[in-house]
Amino acid sequence: MIKVENLTKKYAGFTAIKDLNFEVEKGEIVGFLGPNGAGKSTTMRILTGFMPATSGRATIAGFDIFDQSLEARKRLGYLPESTPLYHDMRVNEYLRYRASLKGVESRKLKERVGDVIELCSLREKERALISTLSKGQKQRVGLADALVHDPDLLILDEPTIGLDPNQIRSVRELIKNLANKRTVLISTHILPEVELMCSRVVVIHKGQIRASDTAENLLKNHRAVGSLRIDAKNTGEDAREALGRIPGVKDVTEEKDGEYSIFNMRTDANADPSDDVMRLAMERQWGVRELMRRRTTLEDVFVDLTHSDS
Amino acid sequence: MKTFLTLLGREVKSYFYSPIAYVVMFFFLIATGFNFYTGVSFLNQGPTEVTVVEAAFNTVLFWFPFLLLFPLITMRTYSDEFRMGTFETMTTAPVSDWQVVLSKFFGALIFYLILWLPSFSYFMAFQMITGKEAAMAAGAYWGSYLMLTLIGMFYIAIGCLTSSLTTEQINAAVMCFVAIFIAFVAGLLGFIMNITEPFFRDLISYFSAVEHMGDFSRGIIDSRPIIWYLSMTVLLLVINFQIFQYRKWKS
Repeated sequence: MIKVENLTKKYAGFTAIKDLNFEVEKGEIVGFLGPNGAGKSTTMRILTGFMPATSGRATIAGFDIFDQSLEARKRLGYLPESTPLYHDMRVNEYLRYRASLKGVESRKLKERVGDVIELCSLREKERALISTLSKGQKQRVGLADALVHDPDLLILDEPTIGLDPNQIRSVRELIKNLANKRTVLISTHILPEVELMCSRVVVIHKGQIRASDTAENLLKNHRAVGSLRIDAKNTGEDAREALGRIPGVKDVTEEKDGEYSIFNMRTDANADPSDDVMRLAMERQWGVRELMRRRTTLEDVFVDLTHSDS
Repeated sequence: MKTFLTLLGREVKSYFYSPIAYVVMFFFLIATGFNFYTGVSFLNQGPTEVTVVEAAFNTVLFWFPFLLLFPLITMRTYSDEFRMGTFETMTTAPVSDWQVVLSKFFGALIFYLILWLPSFSYFMAFQMITGKEAAMAAGAYWGSYLMLTLIGMFYIAIGCLTSSLTTEQINAAVMCFVAIFIAFVAGLLGFIMNITEPFFRDLISYFSAVEHMGDFSRGIIDSRPIIWYLSMTVLLLVINFQIFQYRKWKS
């Protein structure tokens, strides 16, 4: 559905994205991850035909986004990052306008607008002025706009930013429901969201792709650092150094919680020194309250892939 | 075409969504009404060769609010879309850049023409009350309103262009006013600087809005000003289109 080849965008003085290559198949929900300024929005803006690339090419449903821009744009629904809307229009009026602009036939206009109003739970607000809506409601209007011409491809730039947890949940459910017959490219930096929604993740950093896989495989294959935590009392002065000497432990930090000390250890990839830690604690007769090995999360993978020096 | 009409509909309606439109209409009605009243009062002072229609469109009281009108009409056209970010949703919908540029221009033009509608009633009222003709011939009406439309097209094109240069309405308004003022005053140079050289007099009269309006409101319809205003409008819209594309490229 989307095919991106050697896409590069240079602004005066810096390169926003560099030689990007990826594909999104029909029916996939792809999460586009990356820290702020990684080039997510730039990529999306190029794909939607809002701005041209410096070099490289991209196609949507087989249509070149630059040479056959109108055809490509007819097939996609786009929700920009800041959800721009005409604040002086009413919800149903705005959606009718947008539907007509995107080529929905007049006789189907009412039905389509009614459908997306229902889908995005805007029935109660359909006659409200957009300027009077809350942030979450505006977000849903933006989403309804992206959907109103029943596009094959949805490109959503941070659709859940600025929403409260309930709203995030309802938007997430909505996107999951849409996914059955559509392709979705969604950018976000809320990681649990990606694990819940996306069939695949593309991680981008400094304008380049760092990883592209399912969330599961990323976790499995990523040689991320693990972490171990021990929470104990009567640990003595040199406990931190002793823990640091255990093979597989990269570094140790210490915090105090009353008479207890909490040591957080970062460990080498695929190493599990918890036995050695426990042995040390028993030898020295620490009063252990807790020993915990934390599993690698998508967040660890993300941080590791997009850490600025990596 | 359907896409263009959808865009145009939104443009025209957007004027009536905003309170500015009603404020502009209100004060413009007062200004033109006052201008008409003083024009008729002036003619009442004694026998004259000037008709009511001529008097209505050729006074300082006519030109002053007239020149102020265009920045107010056009300042929002592009700058608001840039500032609100709706520029992005608009240009990622399947619409061509020309459709956007033309819909903005014609939207403003339609609103401008709507503003002039009440002025017909002044002349009708005059004729009903006095039983006298407001103009020598029907041509004077045609000429006056044709010239209003032509000058309007030129100045609206200037306004759309300046609005496409900035994200701030107020900047757009100031630039538009200065540009229109220069274009207007350039046509008065012969009068202000008392130029007698025939070549320069002819040259200046070629783009003098005051002289064009004077001729057309007497019913003298000349093709040269028509071509001048139409070609200037087209030229400005082409530049406007280029700037619009440039802003997309650069954003």
